[in-house]
Amino acid sequence: MAATAQPNSLRAGPDSDGHFGIFGGRYVAETLMPLILSVEQAYEAAKADPEFQRLIAYYHTHYIGRPSPLYFAERLTAHYGGAKLYFKRDELNHTGAHKINNVMGQALLARRMGKNRIIAETGAGQHGVATATACALFGMECEVFMGAEDVERQKPNVDRMRLLGAKVHPVTSGSGTLKDAMNEALRYWVSKAETHFYIIGTVAGPHPYPAMVRDFQAIIGHEVKQQMMAAEGRLPDTLVACIGGGSNAMGLFHPFLDDTQVELIGVEAAGLGLDSGKHAASLNGGRPGVLHGNRTYLLQDDDGQITEAHSISAGLDYPGIGPEHSWLYELGRVKYVGATDEEALRAFALCTRQEGIIPALEPAHALAHVGTFIGDRPKDQIVVMNLCGRGDKDMGAVMPKLEAMGLLS
Amino acid sequence: MPKAGVARIDARFQALRAEGRAALGIFISAGDPDVDTSLAILKGLPAAGADMIEFGMPFTDPMADGPAVQESSQRALKAGMTLAGVLEMVRAFRAGDQHTPLILMGYYNPIYSYGVDRFVDDALASGVDGLIVVDLPPEEDRELCLPALSKGLGFIRLATPTTDDVRLPAVLKNTAGFVYYVSITGITGTAEVPTDMVTRAVERLKRHTDLPICVGFGITTPDQAAGVARCSDGAIVGTAVVKTIKASLDAHGRATDATVSDTLGFVRALADGVRGARR
Ligand SMILES: Cc1ncc(COP(=O)(O)O)c(C=O)c1O
Repeated sequence: MAATAQPNSLRAGPDSDGHFGIFGGRYVAETLMPLILSVEQAYEAAKADPEFQRLIAYYHTHYIGRPSPLYFAERLTAHYGGAKLYFKRDELNHTGAHKINNVMGQALLARRMGKNRIIAETGAGQHGVATATACALFGMECEVFMGAEDVERQKPNVDRMRLLGAKVHPVTSGSGTLKDAMNEALRYWVSKAETHFYIIGTVAGPHPYPAMVRDFQAIIGHEVKQQMMAAEGRLPDTLVACIGGGSNAMGLFHPFLDDTQVELIGVEAAGLGLDSGKHAASLNGGRPGVLHGNRTYLLQDDDGQITEAHSISAGLDYPGIGPEHSWLYELGRVKYVGATDEEALRAFALCTRQEGIIPALEPAHALAHVGTFIGDRPKDQIVVMNLCGRGDKDMGAVMPKLEAMGLLS
Repeated sequence: MPKAGVARIDARFQALRAEGRAALGIFISAGDPDVDTSLAILKGLPAAGADMIEFGMPFTDPMADGPAVQESSQRALKAGMTLAGVLEMVRAFRAGDQHTPLILMGYYNPIYSYGVDRFVDDALASGVDGLIVVDLPPEEDRELCLPALSKGLGFIRLATPTTDDVRLPAVLKNTAGFVYYVSITGITGTAEVPTDMVTRAVERLKRHTDLPICVGFGITTPDQAAGVARCSDGAIVGTAVVKTIKASLDAHGRATDATVSDTLGFVRALADGVRGARR
């Protein structure tokens, strides 16, 4: 086979039809097509409008609390005994995760389009809380679709959404997790196409969502670049982020895609193990398919039926991944690995004890992987991990497990 | 030699035009509630008055379907239905019926997983005449629509209330067989068909195409089917049919003696409605 031509820049995608190589696209029912085209048009116009960019920057600074710190995790670095570990502290954002970066952009876009009724899907509830927050701020109506199983395991976030005035729809169809919440949100949107704006929470869905969400999250990587230059006078050697749909990872990686000396590692949820069949590792355990409006790697059986993902982390419990990640995976630009439930729990406890930071279970997966290699890297190397959410939401799920593992005092 | 593929669809609509009436299209999910019962229903549909069959390819994530069709799809998957199994059922049906158009309806991923070229060949060989793939808009025509058309398989597109006059030509461009007008802005089975709006919508579509216009999503009674038959070239009923199947099942979700007869009885009532609605 002839070698595929490498694009001049890895940051140029997608093409005008929303394709990253063979991935991405717009695989939606006709009812949604006109709507998706109008979102694309509106986003292209907004992107080029300095006033829109100024508004985003304003809310970043005064509402979300950006830039988030780039923090040298000194005790963990000593603990591992290898390269220097930095945390990008996106858990310090208002509402406690990176999700608000994207929501603020899309909510401002919805307002620009004259739509003040918002729909969202959520897994861990972080995207739901961020959306409910922006809706409260802008006086918008908010409805959040959340798998019934996730409603149980992320109860504090359900309460927060309700307090913020959002209506939470528990979704019982299918497996009752994030994939089904997204199905239900899309079904609902089809019936409200004229009036509602759908704020998708990760770099998935039909074009323009994967590119749009990435653009709104890329603030993470842009800040890291600047902050690292200020702190160390050079680019980091390695970036690590967890992958659910892939938005925090894409936000961190994207500004570095053309800096080919920087190693990029995405950490998927390996659940009970990549060989167990109970995991959420679409790249490591799936193959290309079409779901939720785009072509990407999916967990599926031989018949093309989507199989259920498993992860202790509700935010990673998704059988797909953003299409740009599938493309970067096949190009080999980003390396994708897995961390199991148990490894994530150990990293969760370790981070808390060593740094006084309770991470969300999602970035605990990233830290679990960091722990597997950083000790072997020279001390003058630098690793940055996206600490993309705080763990308050996970206390209910985590405490009994840590107790059973003997990791509590 | 009886016609096959899109030609079989065309022949059926020509014959109905000569009769001066609209078609009744019936949707069921292949393998709901189990393969044998589903095949018995399928084989009985033409005699019960179905002029055309929309045969659902079950999928785990039917994003344009309401609860009733979702559940029928789940029942079929639980009973072990696969895409190869769907084609096997079509083959068995075709052995006894050369004239009733059969359209496979579903979502793209199982087809993509099966392999597009192999699927198009196997579908034609099994006696499939056309495809409705909900999540393949004209923007993705290269995926399946063009390969299917080039081999003589019909590709039926959904037009919806949100498809405006600017977009309509693109939607109609590579459509063959008929146009499926989705009468509500929503998923299957969640609202009732608004007949006066449908009349206007069909008139609008007719200004853009000579293809037959069939209407579906929201027809539940023989009266509504008759109303739609008066103003279009066909009424397609799905949710109400799979609900009839569900209502006939025992407490464990298994078929009973009533499943085939109740379902075909309901189809007969719909057919009486459509046949009584001469234009
Ligand atoms: C803190 C946190 N990290 C990560 C994720 C996973 O999403 P993504 O991969 O899009 O960043 C979530 C999703 O809910 C989350 O809450």
